[in-house]
Amino acid sequence: MTASVTPAPKPAARPPMLARFTTQLTVDRRARQNVYFVILALVLLVVFPLFFDIFRLNLVGKYLTYGFVALGLVMCWGQAGILSLGQGVFFGLGGYCMAMFLKLEASDVKSTSIQSTPGIPDFMDWNQLTSLPTFWIPFKSLFCTLVAIPLVPGLLALVLGLAMFKRRVGGVYFAIITQAVAAILSILIIGQQGYTGGVNGITDLKTLEGWDIRTDTAKYVLYFVNVGLLLGAAAVAFSIDRSKLGRILVAIRDREERVLFTGYDVASMKTFAFVLASVYAAIGGAMFTLQVGFMSPSFVGIVPSIEMVIAAAVGGRTSLFGAIYGTLLVNFAKTYFSESFPELWLFVIGSLFMGVVLVLPNGLAGVDLRKAVLTMIVRFSRRGTSRRRNAPPAPVVVGPVPEAPDGHGSKGAEALHS
Amino acid sequence: MHVSLAIWAMQAFTGLSNFSVLLLLALGLAIIFGQMGVINMAHGEFLTVGAYTTYVLSQVSERWAPWLEKTYFLVAVVVAFFLAGGLGLLVEHVLVRRLYRRPLDTLLATWGLSLVMQQAFRSTFGAREVSATLPDWLMGSLKPTPSIDIPINGLVVLGLAIALTGGVAFILLRTRFGVDVRATVQNRAMASAAGINTGRVDRLTFGLGCGLAGIAGAAFTTIGSTGPTSGSSYIVDAFLVVVFGGAQSLIGTIGSAFSIAQLQATTEFFMTGSMAKVLTLSTVILILMMRPQGLFALKVRR
Repeated sequence: MTASVTPAPKPAARPPMLARFTTQLTVDRRARQNVYFVILALVLLVVFPLFFDIFRLNLVGKYLTYGFVALGLVMCWGQAGILSLGQGVFFGLGGYCMAMFLKLEASDVKSTSIQSTPGIPDFMDWNQLTSLPTFWIPFKSLFCTLVAIPLVPGLLALVLGLAMFKRRVGGVYFAIITQAVAAILSILIIGQQGYTGGVNGITDLKTLEGWDIRTDTAKYVLYFVNVGLLLGAAAVAFSIDRSKLGRILVAIRDREERVLFTGYDVASMKTFAFVLASVYAAIGGAMFTLQVGFMSPSFVGIVPSIEMVIAAAVGGRTSLFGAIYGTLLVNFAKTYFSESFPELWLFVIGSLFMGVVLVLPNGLAGVDLRKAVLTMIVRFSRRGTSRRRNAPPAPVVVGPVPEAPDGHGSKGAEALHS
Repeated sequence: MHVSLAIWAMQAFTGLSNFSVLLLLALGLAIIFGQMGVINMAHGEFLTVGAYTTYVLSQVSERWAPWLEKTYFLVAVVVAFFLAGGLGLLVEHVLVRRLYRRPLDTLLATWGLSLVMQQAFRSTFGAREVSATLPDWLMGSLKPTPSIDIPINGLVVLGLAIALTGGVAFILLRTRFGVDVRATVQNRAMASAAGINTGRVDRLTFGLGCGLAGIAGAAFTTIGSTGPTSGSSYIVDAFLVVVFGGAQSLIGTIGSAFSIAQLQATTEFFMTGSMAKVLTLSTVILILMMRPQGLFALKVRR
């Protein structure tokens, strides 16, 4: 993402090694992205199904549902600079919409005949509810459910985004508020046991329109549907990334005020990125419910939301491929460590995260070995001239001041005065 | 009539006691986040450091130093401050210092730190919650009238909260260091040009905030038990208090801690605890959406 878009033709004078290298990267960035996309599709559609049994493949499918969240985070955090710590909310809403439909199908009058009120989900019966709550009724229809999965989280994101971005609440404040929303939703779900299944979530899901989702065949089918949707989502993200809108989103991340002064509607564009991310997360949540067979508040709250951000950051917050591979890697590692060395897992993920943020701000996808070596050479040759190490927020003498937390600063004015 | 007055008084004290807990939580954070703009997600873990310090001291005094049994709590408050503060200085030097220009990244890095610290607590003290043995003078309750019952530990926490707030206000408003901190917050470049070592100010501010968290942790052992993750459960509340109050204003933090605590205590009287919490948090978020700068915004020229 650091590379500029202008494909410079052969310059007259030989530019420095590093610059020449960057230019070369830019020219064939598109072609390389296409190749990477095909490789990703091959890995997910051919390699994994060939080498994993259905148990492992189902596990990969589960990880890939977090991949949707990571894709959304790349668009909204990596590209547009909006860090949302509430992606679990949207993942959970999508998942719960799906789970409500499946649960209603699983609790028909015949199979729930031993309950005091047959025909309603078992946990409602346990909590002395005697009729289906109104907000459950639309989920009797598959069509309504499929509409609700992107619509409910999308609308919530739209309201949150408009309310905050129009008032120019951003950055840190946005992160804290979305985190509080995640806290609220998980407390609400756990507290309202009769309506939501409480802390156990919605379990014992069986069929989708009569088709049993628990068989191995169904798991294969669902895996491929999941991968298809993920590749589709990635393709949409790529086309946005390559469009003018994508460029403006990056510009908003880097210098929001300049974009604003140029006349763009920054708030609407940021809202768009946030809504897109929420819809992606919701699709992931719905696919999670289908493949794993339940949904619970443990995928909604603060901790899962941050874990999703961790996966995106490790893979590379600005790289759509990096996000998907990062999600797979982090979740494989999580499964491996928590099975084999449960006491080590938190040490590993915690240190990994600190290390990535400190050393590789662009994640694993940001590691370019050739470039790293070149940069190292350049840095060593320049050593001694710039040795101001212990200077926290930048030498701010002239020019842009470090980003103010609330973004109300007047940077242009300050630069003029000095 | 008399009984309803008693209920009212106890309800008011519940609110006050919630207030002191929130205020203790938020004080350290208000300094770190409000003054420096650093989001320290590991703040809850510094609190836990203080809590475990108190627990260890209570065990030590019980086994080897019976002469400390009456007063160990006061010692623990001091030790917790310096232990958590020292750890804070270390973390600032190793981690946070490198991320001042990327506030969102401090959030992520300190989250990683909080995971590591939680696991460290678990490996050292076990996953079970532990409680410090309270000295006699911290237990029991005051009974000004037969129907009113005011727990002493709640009073102690309230007293600590008031004393610490006073101390922080004194440091920020009446000492040389406070002047340096406020100057750095208002205009870093100018402060640096005027000869203030802003790097040192940052380091000490972060250490002070973490030390305050340590004291809060020590105070919390008097009202609840301590587990490896008990700190992290407070973190959202603490951030909301600071943001709601207006990030850079001490008065705002006090005001917002008070209003959130009273709202919570009042709603808890009418509905279940979880719904009261949902209602409180939602109200705070709605108000923040209408008034993003918080209740008491300090006007800062940037």
